[in-house]
Amino acid sequence: MDVTVIATESLSKRFPRVTALDRLSVDIGAGVTGLVGANGAGKSTLIKILLGLSPATEGRAEVLGLDVATKGAAIRERVGYMPEHDCLPPDVSATEFVVHMARMSGLPPTAARERTADTLRHVGLYEERYRPIGGYSTGMKQRVKLAQALVHDPQLVFLDEPTNGLDPVGRDEMLGLIRRIHTDFGISVLVTSHLLGELERTCDHVVVVDGGTLLRASSTTDFTQSTTTLAVEVTDTDEHPDGTRAVRDALHARGITVEDGSGLPGAGHVLLLTATGEETYDVIRDVIAGLGLGLVRMEQRRHHIAEVFKDSDDAQRKEVVGHGN
Amino acid sequence: MATEQPTAAVTGDQTRIHNIGYRAYDGPRLGRAYARRSLYSQSLRGAYGLGRSAKAKVLPMLLFVVMCLPAGIMVAVAVVTKSKELPLEYTRYAIVLQAVISLYIASQAPQSVSRDLRFKTVPLYFSRPIETSDYVRAKYAALASALFLLTAAPLIVLYAGALLAELDFADQTAGFAQGLVSVALLSLLFAGIGLVIASVTPRRGFGIAAVIAVLTITYGAVSTLQAIADVQDSTGAIAWIGLFSPITLIDGVQSAFLGATSAFPGGHGPGTGQGVVYLLVTLGLIAGAHGLLIRRYKKVGL
Repeated sequence: MDVTVIATESLSKRFPRVTALDRLSVDIGAGVTGLVGANGAGKSTLIKILLGLSPATEGRAEVLGLDVATKGAAIRERVGYMPEHDCLPPDVSATEFVVHMARMSGLPPTAARERTADTLRHVGLYEERYRPIGGYSTGMKQRVKLAQALVHDPQLVFLDEPTNGLDPVGRDEMLGLIRRIHTDFGISVLVTSHLLGELERTCDHVVVVDGGTLLRASSTTDFTQSTTTLAVEVTDTDEHPDGTRAVRDALHARGITVEDGSGLPGAGHVLLLTATGEETYDVIRDVIAGLGLGLVRMEQRRHHIAEVFKDSDDAQRKEVVGHGN
Repeated sequence: MATEQPTAAVTGDQTRIHNIGYRAYDGPRLGRAYARRSLYSQSLRGAYGLGRSAKAKVLPMLLFVVMCLPAGIMVAVAVVTKSKELPLEYTRYAIVLQAVISLYIASQAPQSVSRDLRFKTVPLYFSRPIETSDYVRAKYAALASALFLLTAAPLIVLYAGALLAELDFADQTAGFAQGLVSVALLSLLFAGIGLVIASVTPRRGFGIAAVIAVLTITYGAVSTLQAIADVQDSTGAIAWIGLFSPITLIDGVQSAFLGATSAFPGGHGPGTGQGVVYLLVTLGLIAGAHGLLIRRYKKVGL
């Protein structure tokens, strides 16, 4: 975490009609960093600027200590990029394609072949690599896309929504692979997603952007500790016609703040509260048992971007926008 | 995610299984110029279907053979009949076989650039050290070289045959050199036009149709107008009309400067003054095609 891999300083990008990035200042260290934001939050724009392909309207940015405005080619030699969209020709084999891309990165012919064989093996493509890409599954195609980003052994890779379109198993495999890019290969990763939940498990750090501004940047451990949210649902009894309200009041008396779940599914029947540790679960159990209510469910909620918004709300009154997923 | 097991098993003898794991690359990185050369050679090979599927080889190879076959026949005739000169001038060959050249450019220009657009491979290039101009130059140079191979090969056959038939050496060498200059210019012009049209559409079929349409419609219109002008005895107009189609442009340039006999009606090729205009228009079109391609790819970007 001592080395700063990416640093931006009041970086702005304005198009005639929209502001894609608005005075974004963030330092990103080595390791796996998640860049989270809803679609249109400015993630792809940021990557383009960091690759030195699109000039910033204002502010500056450095990648691996190189200024993006003047050292674009040097940056692109040391950085890998996996786009979000399909980018593979169907009529060539993975091997041919990745070899070609390795040469485009400046690797001599022999090295390009060797590195291609190695990289495809590392991302989990074996015999299939000699067949045309057109016949691959989505998961295999994602691996080829990843391989072309890693083949020249970059110091840093940008992965734009690498889990898009994958089924749950494929998603887990891809996330495991992303983790290994750092732990086994020693390559730093900036991975974007609109799902905070999946990045929590994979990343060392998470940066949340919205509307082109930095919403939050912290290590994943901080993140989970401060935002483990429980959803609790109880039954009503004759004694307590509104069980939910009764529990809320009782919990309040025990010093546990219950958040307002309005705006979320099942609002009114679901209590959202922040667990500070193991003892919170016991307190909730005791309170509900004491009131004689039935506990329908108590679960850890997946964190959604909307909740990050709510968190930052307390600090700096931001407008809450309901984002999907 | 089958990875290598972290094994370094040592058995009784000296047999070892090494787990190499991930190996970092610390060899040379050859940079932009090398990447551009690699893209050039890959595209040039691709223009003849090399490194692509067997199906992709059929058309370019077939056209290459069709292009060279008449030259072979002419040479055979010249040798057998012991004629004093070749049945066709070197500079005239490409004009006569322009349909083959048009077919070739129409089929290969889209395959060279439309595929990268259609499958969105372009961002992968531009996320690497090469710049827009490197990509455009490599693609342009590759297609022009492919066309030069196609158009120069039959000239080489003719020249070799002429020497075999013991025709006048100086005469033949001069004609051959003029022919080479002419087809070089033709290759640059046709490659530029083909690429500009193909780079606009990601659909290969549209690209093929558009290139053929532009080449044949302009030639058809120009030669019709020239024929009308010839009938009406306005011979002065014939040369000016020729400025408006690629193949007649080349015809004009070579009749003015490369000792060719014009294929215009009545042989009314441009004089030297008009020839300069022809040359300027040709060079302008080549530069313009290059500029348009750069502009096009600046937009495609990432």
